[in-house]
Amino acid sequence: MTALVVEAAGPGITLQDGGRHGYLRYGITAAGPMDPLMHATANRAAGNPFDATAIEVSTGGLTVTAEGGTLGIAMVSRSFRITLDGAALPDSVALTLEPGRTLTVRAGPSGAWGYLAVQGRIDVAPVLGSTATHTRSGLGGLDGRGLAAGDRLPVAEARPGEVSPHRLIAPWLDRDPKEVRVVLGPQGDYFAPDQIHAFLAGPWTVSPRGDRMACFLDGTPLRHAKGHDIVSDGVAMGAIQVPGNGLPIILMADRQSTGGYPKIATVIGPDLGRLAQAQGGTQLSFRSVSLTEAVAARRAERDALRDPVPRDPVVRTNFASDFLLGLNLVDGVTDGRT
Amino acid sequence: MSGSEDEPRLLDSGEAALVVEFGSVVDPAISDRVLALDDALGADPPEGLRERVPTYRSLMLHYDPLVLDREALAERVRALVAGAVARAGTPTLWTLPCCYDQPHSEDIAQVAERTGLSHDAVVATHAGATYRVYMYGFAPGFAYLGGLPKTLAVPRRASPRPPHPRNAVVIGGGLAAVATVPMPTGWYVIGATPARLYAPEREESFFISAGDLIRFEPVDCTTFDTLDAREAAGERVARRGEAVP
Repeated sequence: MTALVVEAAGPGITLQDGGRHGYLRYGITAAGPMDPLMHATANRAAGNPFDATAIEVSTGGLTVTAEGGTLGIAMVSRSFRITLDGAALPDSVALTLEPGRTLTVRAGPSGAWGYLAVQGRIDVAPVLGSTATHTRSGLGGLDGRGLAAGDRLPVAEARPGEVSPHRLIAPWLDRDPKEVRVVLGPQGDYFAPDQIHAFLAGPWTVSPRGDRMACFLDGTPLRHAKGHDIVSDGVAMGAIQVPGNGLPIILMADRQSTGGYPKIATVIGPDLGRLAQAQGGTQLSFRSVSLTEAVAARRAERDALRDPVPRDPVVRTNFASDFLLGLNLVDGVTDGRT
Repeated sequence: MSGSEDEPRLLDSGEAALVVEFGSVVDPAISDRVLALDDALGADPPEGLRERVPTYRSLMLHYDPLVLDREALAERVRALVAGAVARAGTPTLWTLPCCYDQPHSEDIAQVAERTGLSHDAVVATHAGATYRVYMYGFAPGFAYLGGLPKTLAVPRRASPRPPHPRNAVVIGGGLAAVATVPMPTGWYVIGATPARLYAPEREESFFISAGDLIRFEPVDCTTFDTLDAREAAGERVARRGEAVP
């Protein structure tokens, strides 16, 4: 069978589908992509179901090859450096990977996660109905762990991709991480109004010690109105809990299903990716929105993916990658000397 | 707040999760109301309701707001609560074998020291009680149990101990728990059960529900090993019985 072979993988690179749903009541975390919209975009560009299994690429970087056949690939990121046999490509690209060629993904100046989708089905066995990897409990993906050099991912129903690389145009992924929308609560009553105001205004700095479980914020600590322990209750993805030290922690894809700290607000679903993509050191503040506005944003996100992801051919050049990266790739075909 | 029959608070956790909060404390009466609503919604779930997560005092409802309108869900919840739904059926009582000897009871000496009880008294006290499964959380199949006798109420550790073995029977903070997946923990490991509350490869990955009752039955290490092997072979060594009211 055709397979995608991992030649090199940095830490934190995992297989993720749309998440392991239905078992939160048994303490099973959904996992799934940190940036659901980008994950769905990569799958859409590859012609797969939105929630198909794809590789979530961390800033640790990834190198892959094809084995046993040609693979169509959609690699979507913001500012990651993508190369095919050393030739630079746009940060979001559809291409064909023939055996003997090497695709590399490296971190760029912004963005924390990219998604590599294969045209076809990455054939790993689902656990509890899902292939999403949750490394803390060793569930899903490949033996519940991150990808490593030497891993071989069989691809069923493989379909060839674009003959020449095409840049994927997904303006809905141009999201500014400086302002993240939240719905206040569910434990807003654990904070006085001035503290809620301070929470929204920030500014907060994204700590570099975040991972798939949580995003930690540094800034001026918040004060609780009536203690920082609550009897454990459910935790949604994006819930912002404030522990005793007053510094907010935003619970992300690999969060625990329940928690015991007051949650001052919850990041709306459409802004989870915006937050997840913020590298350590990013400054941000929050804006409180109504449920109506949050649902409208969710609807707009769904509509963005209704049509196929637009694409433009990339003209191959032998230019140095620095020069190529400086070109304006936004308005269509680049004018490279061939 | 108490476990009285007043209206629950409906709290939004974002646009895709609604928390139905019946109280703010650990109380069997509050838990009964949580589980009754959980049963009622599970019996006839509205389209778009994705997951129900019962906790000590609240039911979290994850839903797709593009399919299920928040107000429609809230109305449904209010109607079910007003109808004073009761739990369906009697809770199941499970008897779980538990080995309180080394190497399964790494922290039992510390518990004896902190409580002033002998090793045997810790075992007799723990195995003499009937526990209620309040909720799962923290980790796959991690079952939070109420009903720990007060004499065993030791605070949790200030900092976590190294990962516990699988299926550890633990106590801490006035509660008991069965901790299935090895993780660092602030609880004290006083035993282990060969019964697997969580087995993803098993057709029925979980068999104990929130609201069920649990008793622990002391077994020696030889028996533990035998039962562990039987469980590994696919048998279920937890014994099922009806709870005596």
